[in-house]
Amino acid sequence: MKTCRILMPIGSLGAGINPEAFENGLTMKPDVIAVDAGSTDSGPAYLATGTCKYSRAMLKHDLEICIAGGKKLGIPVFVGSCGTCGTDNMVDLFAEIVEEIYRERGFTGRIARIYSQQDPNVLKKKFDEGKIYELEGAPVITKETFDECTNIVALMGAEPYIKAYEEGAEVVLGGRTTDTAIIAAMPIKLGCHVGAAWHGAKVVECGAQCTEDTEAKGVFLTVDEKGFLVTTLLPWARCTPYSVSAHMLYENVDPYRLTEPSGIVTTNEAVYTQVDERSVYVTGSKFEQAKQYTMKLEGACLVGYQTISLVGIADRAVMAEPESWIKNISEYVDTYIRKLGISPEDYSFNFKAYGYNAVIDGPVPAGTPAPREIGVLLTVTAKTQDLANQISKVFNPYLLHFPADPNVQLPSFAFPFSPAHIPRGATYEFKLYHIVKTEGPFELVRFKYNDIK
Amino acid sequence: MAKVKELSKYVRSKNAGPFWVTIEIFCDNKENYEKIKESPNITKEKVAELYNTNPALIKKFNVDNLLVIKFSYPRPVPSGYRYENDMHSGQQYIRLAEMEV
Repeated sequence: MKTCRILMPIGSLGAGINPEAFENGLTMKPDVIAVDAGSTDSGPAYLATGTCKYSRAMLKHDLEICIAGGKKLGIPVFVGSCGTCGTDNMVDLFAEIVEEIYRERGFTGRIARIYSQQDPNVLKKKFDEGKIYELEGAPVITKETFDECTNIVALMGAEPYIKAYEEGAEVVLGGRTTDTAIIAAMPIKLGCHVGAAWHGAKVVECGAQCTEDTEAKGVFLTVDEKGFLVTTLLPWARCTPYSVSAHMLYENVDPYRLTEPSGIVTTNEAVYTQVDERSVYVTGSKFEQAKQYTMKLEGACLVGYQTISLVGIADRAVMAEPESWIKNISEYVDTYIRKLGISPEDYSFNFKAYGYNAVIDGPVPAGTPAPREIGVLLTVTAKTQDLANQISKVFNPYLLHFPADPNVQLPSFAFPFSPAHIPRGATYEFKLYHIVKTEGPFELVRFKYNDIK
Repeated sequence: MAKVKELSKYVRSKNAGPFWVTIEIFCDNKENYEKIKESPNITKEKVAELYNTNPALIKKFNVDNLLVIKFSYPRPVPSGYRYENDMHSGQQYIRLAEMEV
């Protein structure tokens, strides 16, 4: 029977692999080490600026563990969505770190880079040809949107990883990729059950989260011709049909249906069986090959510059009605800003009352006691950083003294910093949640190989 | 009357990509699961109202084998927009947990 064993060392490369759990994983004789290094969860800035949310030192820590493990067993290492956002420069950063590790350790071998960042002109042509369509809940876009985005990436499927491996690469560093494709690539290549490969990949893509003990960070996946087996990396860690099947709900709009570039995975007929305390076997996963290959697009653009100010308030008069205070200071100061001749189109601002209603939208339930104190965060967004700073400075004296009741002695509120305003830099927004139809898996993907001798 | 949080084991929320949020109500017995599942107050329409989103786009899943009721809804603004209050939407479950069943 064809089988493929995969060591999935951590849900997000760069967060810190557990070396003990990883070593246990190596003794389970994996055919590949596969790990995801990207996500859009932390917001648009990483994609817009082509940066990674983890430190270089931690990336090297995790990459070194993976590469040394791969070398020890003579198995390949697949890393997908390099550098949080998976832009070309992040693939290059990962390659630079990997090559550094190779030099330091005296390793030799072929390293593949797979790029999936997109040229806006190519996408504009696709848009004109009607080959780009929106997903449910996507923002409305025009042809110009592709130029407005500072970076656009397309999510790759499993095929580019398989190709790079077939071309002799022992380390494959991919740009933005679906979380599952990185893990599903090797079992598909080895002829295992395709539905099980995808479903198993989805279960383990967050590492140990599909088990009952997340200390291991990673998890072990075995795919065969009928199903897949999930096993914990630490001997005392448990894994149950409940923990495995419940993970299909996590961060997923639809727990039974997953769209991949090459087709659709369905899991509603899956059967989860406890094999031993550490392992669960799953059968009944299905995969339906799509006639049209598609890739999801992600894009983000700059929308302005921000300056923030934080002030602490415990004043009882303000605490009695924090929202009125915020409404009044907003109207009062906005009048001054307008008087300075600043166009309303060039700026906006927002108050958040931490300790009151900053995190949970909507009205505060009646009968909620007045808070002891709140942290009021003022965020100003403007066309330029200088304008955002200037508007924050117009607010400054009022953040310090604006009274809830004008008939009492002037209050002074609690600033933690001097200067009180903090230029935050550019701010970005996601603009694309769209699908592009492609001529197969490689049309929008580029490969580069480096042989280290 | 009882609240969702009183009839469930736990409630959690999380972003599902930058444009969607998903909330799950985990129950530990069939009786409470059925109560929440069938409640006229815990519906797509009510959740849409609660989270200021389009009721036509909300998805509800009754996961009988796990005793989980799951709602997924598109965010009115994408994650990380200029005045974001919860990047990962991890605290948004609170309002659903406070709903009367």
